[in-house]
Amino acid sequence: MLYIFCPHCGSRSQNEFAYGGDATVKRPELNKEISDQEWDNFVYLRKSPRGKHLELWHHISGCRQWIKVERDTSTHEIFKTYKADELTE
Amino acid sequence: MSQDFRLDNIGMVNRNKKISFTFNGKKYFGYEGDTIASALIANGVHLVGRSFKYHRPRGFFGVGVDEPYAILQLERNNERDPNIRATEQEIFEGLEVKSVNCWPSVNFDIGAINNFLKMFFPAGFYYKTFMWPPSFWYKIYEPFIRMAAGFGEASIKHDKERYEHKYEYCDLLITGSGPSGLASAYAAAKNGARVILAEDKPRYGGSLLTSDVNIGNQTGVEWSEKIITELKSMSNVIVKNRSQVFGYYDHNMLVMSERIGDHLPKTQKYLPKQRLWYIRAKEVLISSGSIERPLVFGNNDTPGVMLSSAAKEYMKVYGVLVGKKPLIFTNNDSGYETAIEFKKNGVNPLILDTRKEPSSDIISEAKNLGIEIKFSHVVVAAKGYKKVKSADIAKISDNKKDLLNIENIECDCICVSGFWTPSIHLASQSGNKSEFNEKIDAFIPKKSKQKENTIGSANGKFTLEETINEAFNKGYEVSNNITENNNKVSIPTVVEKKSTEHDKFWCVPLPKGKSYKRFLDFQNDVAVTDIELALREGFRSIEHVKRYTTLGMATDQGKTSNLNGLQLVSDIENKVVPQVGHTTFRPPYTPVSIGAIVGREVGKHSKPTRKSPMHDWHEKNNAVFVDAGVWLRPRYYKQGNETLFEASKREAKNVRKNVGVCDVTTLGKIDVKGPDAAEFLNRVYTNAWLKLPVGKARYGVMLREDGIVMDDGTTTRISENHYHMTTTTAQAANVLSHLEYYLQLVWPELNVNVVSTTEQWAGAAIAGPNSRALLMKLFPNTDVSNEALPFMGYKEADLFGIPAKIYRISFSGELAYEVNVESDYGNFMWEKIIEVGKEFQIQPYGTEALSTLRIEMGHVAGSELDGRTIPHDASLEGLVSKKKDFIGKRSLGRSAFIKPDREKIVGVVPLDKTTSIPEGSYIVKDPKAKLPNPKLGHVSASCWSVEYDNPFSLAIIKDGKNMIGQKLFAMSPLKNKTIPVEIVSSHYVDPEGKRVRA
Ligand SMILES: [Zn+2]
Repeated sequence: MLYIFCPHCGSRSQNEFAYGGDATVKRPELNKEISDQEWDNFVYLRKSPRGKHLELWHHISGCRQWIKVERDTSTHEIFKTYKADELTE
Repeated sequence: MSQDFRLDNIGMVNRNKKISFTFNGKKYFGYEGDTIASALIANGVHLVGRSFKYHRPRGFFGVGVDEPYAILQLERNNERDPNIRATEQEIFEGLEVKSVNCWPSVNFDIGAINNFLKMFFPAGFYYKTFMWPPSFWYKIYEPFIRMAAGFGEASIKHDKERYEHKYEYCDLLITGSGPSGLASAYAAAKNGARVILAEDKPRYGGSLLTSDVNIGNQTGVEWSEKIITELKSMSNVIVKNRSQVFGYYDHNMLVMSERIGDHLPKTQKYLPKQRLWYIRAKEVLISSGSIERPLVFGNNDTPGVMLSSAAKEYMKVYGVLVGKKPLIFTNNDSGYETAIEFKKNGVNPLILDTRKEPSSDIISEAKNLGIEIKFSHVVVAAKGYKKVKSADIAKISDNKKDLLNIENIECDCICVSGFWTPSIHLASQSGNKSEFNEKIDAFIPKKSKQKENTIGSANGKFTLEETINEAFNKGYEVSNNITENNNKVSIPTVVEKKSTEHDKFWCVPLPKGKSYKRFLDFQNDVAVTDIELALREGFRSIEHVKRYTTLGMATDQGKTSNLNGLQLVSDIENKVVPQVGHTTFRPPYTPVSIGAIVGREVGKHSKPTRKSPMHDWHEKNNAVFVDAGVWLRPRYYKQGNETLFEASKREAKNVRKNVGVCDVTTLGKIDVKGPDAAEFLNRVYTNAWLKLPVGKARYGVMLREDGIVMDDGTTTRISENHYHMTTTTAQAANVLSHLEYYLQLVWPELNVNVVSTTEQWAGAAIAGPNSRALLMKLFPNTDVSNEALPFMGYKEADLFGIPAKIYRISFSGELAYEVNVESDYGNFMWEKIIEVGKEFQIQPYGTEALSTLRIEMGHVAGSELDGRTIPHDASLEGLVSKKKDFIGKRSLGRSAFIKPDREKIVGVVPLDKTTSIPEGSYIVKDPKAKLPNPKLGHVSASCWSVEYDNPFSLAIIKDGKNMIGQKLFAMSPLKNKTIPVEIVSSHYVDPEGKRVRA
């Protein structure tokens, strides 16, 4: 079970969080004309990298904040965590 | 009581407390502190089971967790526990155990014929024998395998014992209380670290309990008692016995199972039987010790052949002799310690040492005691079927290839020692890649992967002096890093006998013309020939060899067999062991009961149970409840001998005719507040929200980004910047996460806050033609006329002094209102509604009637919004704005979503107007078409229409809008039904929606 540092609450066990997928995906702006392919990429296409991955976790049994976690998907090492509105490196 | 094999003046069992137990129905006696194994051996019983494949007789091989043979089944208080290791389970008064894997009895086992048919059971026999013809599988192969194999039978009854989970955090977790565990725990605890010390056995001390050593002028036993007593008295230390740390997971999370009640006749009051500890440790010291390796020779699985360290522990801890004519077969000095112990207890052993002319303190001591030793000697084969009776022994040539002068000598046990294998399982589980150490012919942990270090014999340190020094230093070092304290305790002096090098020889060659089975894996009957065969057949990877031959599998996970298996593969392949590599160690280290893993999360405790504030009233009024997510909701209120069908029909009819009241507290409620709330709702819902006036409610549908409907519900504008959103009961949590996602990550610029208020409000839906009349009496000071409170209107009102909120919304399709009050007043509100409603013939109605009412109105719910439907499919396309953008809009244009024959919701009525259509039925054109019959769609919900008094269903079918009026068939292969039906509008009752606006 991972031990995730929530920037709002401190280190908490994984069972307080829900996984939220790739944190680098950016939703296309509202009312913006985009191609089918661009929309398709946003809705369905996700990378599944081995190694460093910036992902979203939702602290559902804690502060209910969405946070960004930089984690190695093969070793589970967590390098850094960010608040939702914090700029990532 | 005569126990032929019990020694009088040695051992740690409590001689003042006799305990009786039964084994295979026969009564035996032992002492408090005995295991089943020690008590049976004391009584001269060695035959306890049959082997897995050949059903060869099985005795005891070890004395602890490594035991491959003595797996028994325990019965206690009508509970059954299979897969009990006799070497670990302590006896208690009334204990009942029996052998497994033998039928009809352990002494006469029909499966033993397999032993004589062994040519049919080579490596991979599962894959070869039971394959063809396929029709044989169910009738012949499977019953045969089930009858003949297995380690006991699980109980099919509910386990009434209690199991608990516990979370704990510490600076340092130490796994094992042998010399390294005790020393490191002491050093770390004295330096202020919060320490957990876990010991699998009932007694602390590990090897100190059986070795002849001196620490700080005390015997090993005295020293360990002193240290444990002091550790127990310290507030920063938790010491646990009967506790196995069996898994090392990510981020230094370890899991330990504590056996609290297993050794007692009955679990104590207020205590669980077992407790599972989830321990998050800043640092871990693995001090799990080492396990003696067997030597391999002919018939080395015969009862009476066992590890020499086990024989010593049976004497020193339990005061039990494993035999009176022992043969010690060793390739190192450890066998001598066992021989010396036998001699001290008046028994004359014979030592066969594979080494030519070794010399050391221990060997000299054995010689001085007059113990007979034969150097360059080996056991060729054990003789005897159910117990060792003698052994063929031989001198072995210097190159270890030839056997000379084979002779038979009498003996009643053969104690083997093939040197020691460090228990690196936990280190390996943590991700630590081990390395092969040539000096000890075994793997030891390499560089730390997580925050772990391995110490003592688990780290290949086989002298006590090295161990104690390493452990004191590590305990200090690790604690110093965490606490930054500098309190260093002094390291005691150690006195031990010096030993000399072991012999790398471990597998005795077969004499000419003999084909004795030489076993590597005792639990799975894997012999040398099986590995040879697997390699001949082309298996190379050790992982493949393991799975093909089953070497190292099953409950003991190869604790005694792995290294010898590797050694053999590398010998045959002419490789060195590190090239072959070892198989992956995975948790659990020892078997863990399913009960402990599940903990309290069984039955009603598997999820929280939520009850509405009106629950007690429902209960008192004969409600029959149904699980709705985590909530308990009344399904119907039973009157007399009514069935579900009769009751729900009555309740639904009464709503259509008079008035009914339904508990809708469970609906999800979310407060949406802030200056940008309207804009936010406008983005979340498919329809327009910017112009909703204060005091009005609106029905809304929200989508996922892929265009699929996520949820629906009404949202009311309470004030300028405050909206009250409702969600379905099931989706409440998901919707909140969804809203938070968009507010926190996608549109952080919107000034909006959301919070769940589901538990803050109790809700009652008042529905039916009489509902307004009832409302006028409930709220005499509020104008609830159609003009003042129109459909989708909202008002705050006073309910007999209690502030209430009235929403004029309807799920039943009738004139209806939902009244909310603060939860604490829920029951007050409910009772008032029932009391005042009497004159209007009010009846409470449950979820079943609620379903009936919504189905015949064609209102969609979870069974239609099932994660596959877009608004069009549920006839909600009128709510999809063409003007504005919203979540998921872009997806609605996808080609599959706009094709002309897209699925759509319809009504389905059986032609005979009497046969109910099972939910999930397929709608087809031709019921006799060739399979697979092309389906048009499926029936999502069925009810008995109270309006028309005939069955009615909703279905989502291809090209639904053009199918109205068609005669089709509903087929349910599950219920074996084919029903001719007519497709009608999904709005079966009041299609114009006049009633809700009345
Ligand atoms: Zn948090």
